[in-house]
Amino acid sequence: MGHEQKYVDKKYEVVGTRFNRPDGIDKVTGKARYGADASAPGQLVGRVLRSPHAHASIVKINTSKAEKLPGVKAIITSADLPDVTGGDQGLADILENCMARGRALYDGHAVAAVAAVDEQTAAQALKLIDVKYKKLPHVTDVDEAMCESAPVIHDRIITRGVEPKPTKPSNVAARTQMGHGDIEAGFAEADVVIEKSYKTEQTHQGYIEPHACLASVNPDGTAELWVTTQGHFVFRNVCASLLGLDIAKLKVTSSEIGGGFGGKTHVWVEPVALALSRKANRPVKLVMGRDEVFRATGPTSSTSIDVKMGAKKDGTITAAVAEMRYQGGAFPGNWAMLGCMTAFACYDIKNNQSIGWDVVVNRPKVAAYRAPSAPMAAFAVESTIDELAKEIGIAPIDMRLKNVAREGTLAPYGPTYGPIGIEHTLKAVKDHPHMRAKLKKNQGRGVACGFWFNIGGQTCTDLNISVDGTVNLTLGTVDVGGSRSSMAMIAAEELGIPYEQVRANIADTTSLGHNDMTEGSRGTFSSGMATIFAARDAISVLKQRAAKMWGITEEDVIWENGQALATGDSHSNLPPLSLKEIAAKSGRTGGPIAGHNEVVADGAGMGFASHICDVEVDPETGRSTIVRYTVVQDAGKAINPDYVEGQFQGGATQGIGWALNEEYIYGDDGCLQNAGFLDYRIPVCSDLPFIDTQILEVPNPLHPYGVRGVGETSIVPPLAAVGNAIANATGVRMTHAPMSPPRVLAGIDTLEHAS
Amino acid sequence: MSNATLVSTTVNGDPVQFACPTDESLMTALRNRVGLTGVKEGCGTGDCGACTVTVDGSLVCSCLVLGVEAEGREVTTVEGLSQDGELHVLQQKFIDHAALQCGICTPGFLVAAKTLLDRNPNPNETEIRYALAGNLCRCTGYDKIVRAVQDAAKDMRKASKKRR
Repeated sequence: MGHEQKYVDKKYEVVGTRFNRPDGIDKVTGKARYGADASAPGQLVGRVLRSPHAHASIVKINTSKAEKLPGVKAIITSADLPDVTGGDQGLADILENCMARGRALYDGHAVAAVAAVDEQTAAQALKLIDVKYKKLPHVTDVDEAMCESAPVIHDRIITRGVEPKPTKPSNVAARTQMGHGDIEAGFAEADVVIEKSYKTEQTHQGYIEPHACLASVNPDGTAELWVTTQGHFVFRNVCASLLGLDIAKLKVTSSEIGGGFGGKTHVWVEPVALALSRKANRPVKLVMGRDEVFRATGPTSSTSIDVKMGAKKDGTITAAVAEMRYQGGAFPGNWAMLGCMTAFACYDIKNNQSIGWDVVVNRPKVAAYRAPSAPMAAFAVESTIDELAKEIGIAPIDMRLKNVAREGTLAPYGPTYGPIGIEHTLKAVKDHPHMRAKLKKNQGRGVACGFWFNIGGQTCTDLNISVDGTVNLTLGTVDVGGSRSSMAMIAAEELGIPYEQVRANIADTTSLGHNDMTEGSRGTFSSGMATIFAARDAISVLKQRAAKMWGITEEDVIWENGQALATGDSHSNLPPLSLKEIAAKSGRTGGPIAGHNEVVADGAGMGFASHICDVEVDPETGRSTIVRYTVVQDAGKAINPDYVEGQFQGGATQGIGWALNEEYIYGDDGCLQNAGFLDYRIPVCSDLPFIDTQILEVPNPLHPYGVRGVGETSIVPPLAAVGNAIANATGVRMTHAPMSPPRVLAGIDTLEHAS
Repeated sequence: MSNATLVSTTVNGDPVQFACPTDESLMTALRNRVGLTGVKEGCGTGDCGACTVTVDGSLVCSCLVLGVEAEGREVTTVEGLSQDGELHVLQQKFIDHAALQCGICTPGFLVAAKTLLDRNPNPNETEIRYALAGNLCRCTGYDKIVRAVQDAAKDMRKASKKRR
């Protein structure tokens, strides 16, 4: 059934108010079950042996001693995960990342795995596996990896996007270019030109729950997987493809997810656990340690970015160029391309060009991290804009407003914008009391903008009405930030019933059609749309049943405020029928009442935000403390404002951590030196003030309620907002994130020596 | 399981016995042998606080305590916070203030916050932030957590005034 997707302005009863989440009680009482909280009869403990070298040939793996250890039930290497990917290089990369195939490509790369009766035995077995390595030259820095002299990691990589096609392999997987206008003419028009180079270090999503799963494979090819994931349907497809299983025979259940932020959109240990179970013929539970999470999963790219921007004296930006180098870890990604697409997206710049280089290095395979690639590009561009504004002598906020993208602006990545909210957020920032708060000694204020896409994608939703009128809403998009509550609110809104009458549940992969990942800020957008349509389906059934109960034609029935009304003069004697009354009689009027929807949700809106940051820099130590922080973002429509605020605050805090502390530190040996929360320091409660938020609502014209995704944009501005604040506090322009105390102190020292 | 030792202890007010290897953490023993999976493992090195419990009233990361050290002690986990089917005020306030998203850190925060309020019924914002600085949350930015604790403290002070 076709449904109207266009935005309709209307008054809401439930949507836009604040309700408690249905998973709240389970989560505050310890009952909620996460990846590591399931068990199965006869389960074994799985553990993974990882490479201690940054790059090495695996000459030989001898497992015979470990196999003889009592209690060891299976040991696997890449030989137990034969390549059945049929020439799909992307899948083959995933397989090789899950288990090294002849070569360890980074410190922490899995080389073997064991399943044993208990934790102690499994740990002992790992020590008994004898791996003979031959160390190879390594490279972990993105700029070094691009040099002619760098060790080439994959012979198969010939740079894409370069003409003529290179003849020799290199670490550069791809070159991307986009933009429009005449760059040279643009710079010729400029009164001021600023050119700067920036670096950002690699960070990790830092979800508190390590990857964990419970896998069980039967000899007949049926299998089950309980797993912490952002998308169990995609995990099912990928794992089935890697193991040669029939997709429908692998049942994947998503546990409660203890944070993902993009890092749980990729498989790591799941195919390994399935392969162990297949070999041992028993269920295998595999839980990663924190060091494994840091060494072998997740991280975002480290980058090296050059930006050149020119502007007229009135503040008009006439030309902008960015050249961006992103490392994707040991396997190619499209991370630089995403950087290119987002770099100048907040602005209407007549002449702009972004060039991206995707580079491989001996580090873990990069995964999406909340608005992947955008924060680094924004750090470079938004810092440069502040420098331009300073040079011209115009307030940075006015510089941004002068050049802001609007409806009708040609986006650097191709499309022409529809209604977007970046200008609204900047104006709100300008009017915000935060901008007038008094700054003390050593304090500075910075503003920065950010953009991130939203995606739509495949979604499938069921809505079943019970005989007592309570409603089961069955969803396939994993709830990472409170979406069960939001979806239940949407169903209640459509049906005209109280929120408490709806129970939202995430179904396993055997109970619903395919759903894409909860990624790209798509959960509430796409699942919300499918929920609206499924509810409207159910309403049409409710109307049919009411007509039957009344003995009138369906055309004479309308649905209002949770009840069927008979229209027309001849039916004025018929009292309304509530959802509950119709449901109670459903057995006699045609059976269960349900609504269903499957949709490829096109038309996701764009997410824009502007942030204000006040920082105090200790001139003695270089330590920066956030004293005030405000997030202003366009949500399109906030279904549950509590959870929208939560996304704003959480994303901003991750960005602050990246701006000030977080970084992967590699030694000369190419090994990660800070694979733990003690040395990889994420913000703690005492590091932060309250994070103020302001939700703006510029409706997305292609969602019935105007919803835009809100999950990711909030991590984009903080690096630059903090950097701009530090510049205003100290006079030092930081070009290397994180802006940790030693780096800031070095900047202050350099400035003092210069003056 | 080699070197198993029988441990007699009290968990959430109930007498409990379990046998565990002498090098096994209290966290693992509580999760795998007592069945209290509300105790979460985030790091295993005492850095994240997700496994926070109290032992004889002292706040500890249970991953840094051995299971055998629980012998004769009183252990309280998040599962012990609600009484007679009623949520503890802190639990309710965490829900009301949307102070949790993924919820994996929530058990540790609740145990840490309860320990703070037991000792200091009227903490200021800074005291709350420092008392909770041993617990990592990656979802919320701590804003709504601090507000939930402030609000719970207020209600608990009111309730205790009434009792007096």
